[in-house]
Amino acid sequence: MTAQEVRQIVIDIISDIAPDEDTSGLDDAKSLREQMDLDSMDFLDIVMELRKRHKVEVPQEDYPQLASLNSCVAYLLPKLS
Amino acid sequence: MNDSQRIVITGIGLTAPNGNNLSEFRSALLENKSGVRHAEIRYMGTQAAGLCEFDEFKYQSKKLRRRGTRAGSISIYCANEALADSGINWEGVDKTRVGVYLGITEHGNVETENEIFEMHQNNLDWKLWSPHHNPRTVANSPAGEVTLNMGITGPHYTLGSACAGGNVGLIQGLQQLILGEVDLAFAGGISESPQTFGIFAAFAAQGALAHHADPTLASRPMDKKRNGIVISEGGAIYTLERLSDAKARNAKIYGEIVGYAINSDASDFVNPNSTRQVECMHKAIKRAGLEIRDIDIVNMHATGTGAGDISESQAVREAFAVSDKTYVNFTKGHIGHAMGAAGALELAGNLPSFDDNTVHPGMNVTELDPDCAIRNLVYEKPVKLNEVKYILNNSFGMLGINSAVIVKKYIG
Repeated sequence: MTAQEVRQIVIDIISDIAPDEDTSGLDDAKSLREQMDLDSMDFLDIVMELRKRHKVEVPQEDYPQLASLNSCVAYLLPKLS
Repeated sequence: MNDSQRIVITGIGLTAPNGNNLSEFRSALLENKSGVRHAEIRYMGTQAAGLCEFDEFKYQSKKLRRRGTRAGSISIYCANEALADSGINWEGVDKTRVGVYLGITEHGNVETENEIFEMHQNNLDWKLWSPHHNPRTVANSPAGEVTLNMGITGPHYTLGSACAGGNVGLIQGLQQLILGEVDLAFAGGISESPQTFGIFAAFAAQGALAHHADPTLASRPMDKKRNGIVISEGGAIYTLERLSDAKARNAKIYGEIVGYAINSDASDFVNPNSTRQVECMHKAIKRAGLEIRDIDIVNMHATGTGAGDISESQAVREAFAVSDKTYVNFTKGHIGHAMGAAGALELAGNLPSFDDNTVHPGMNVTELDPDCAIRNLVYEKPVKLNEVKYILNNSFGMLGINSAVIVKKYIG
């Protein structure tokens, strides 16, 4: 799996969780919460969907790794490859 | 009575299987337009059900709809529609003095079933159980979603009262206004029941789930060939205010709630008790300071079960034996049984009678069950009266809860 594909996986999940948000112009280096109306429950949903759709477990201590798209890709790429 | 102790209806928001506002709903009732259709129910396949088609996103974002429940979505739609109908624009309203009181038959079945289903689809992985399950299933959830949506900071809770819920929500709203706890009440009832297979399965197990090749004919209270209940969703929320406040802002007034009663059968989990039903209706009439002959329309609970309709027919015959001017109708032939919404929804369907003096008919009575014969029973065709001044609305539920609400035509 490529970094671009992992990025798309995260975008797809965010689009389902927060369907009112526009995900087209996101800055991959910036915190997702700075750019969208996401709260802690939304991040729990992201973790849940990663587990359900892609069998990836994200332990609680790793939640900060999901802060930006770049950090998501860096964290998830080895798990999804 | 002092105007500050008189409670009036100043706005109505509703969604029914055959209409998404009072005007649409009333027309459908007068024209015998059914809202029942076939739906695919998990595990059980095709079943008759009453489903609503309101715009879920008219007042709620997609994200919060996803986070909440169908019951919350129905509640938010109805509360916002009621607010718009009332003419209140929040200006000058102290939101700490606004309450939300919603009757429900049950809550949480839908979400719990969904979580268990998902877990079974994923090798019983319990870690997939949603963090939203708790806030979705706490019993105050639908009313709480309304406060979140509208920024209301006064009290909110639901009234768990089986299928008497709609009436009980209205009664609670009225009582809180009279007590001075709030200045504006959003009160009524809601139902999301068709979203859960368990309710269908349980009624089927009781031999009380309606079925017919044509779903629009499945719900047929009082008919000789009725075979049970059609499960429906829906909601009706009213804005209730003190008459003094309504007058001060020159509000449109649908009617005044002048009587009510709630009692218990104390006799069976599911079978009704006509003696207690008579007591309930008479208690409401007495509280209103009326004579039995004063009631112009009685809306029956009439769900379409064999025993339930016979029991209530017996009760209405007895309760109104002395009145030849009381007309009787029912609503579930059109929309099925909207459970916690039924009381408030069905009452709303009759309120326009104060203006048009017409009693809407009950629907789907091809051959009246002789055991359900009642003097002045209105079915298949509307009946025009000289004047409608008082409506009594029955709503009964399991565990033997009975409720009646009486609304008086408001003459300014």
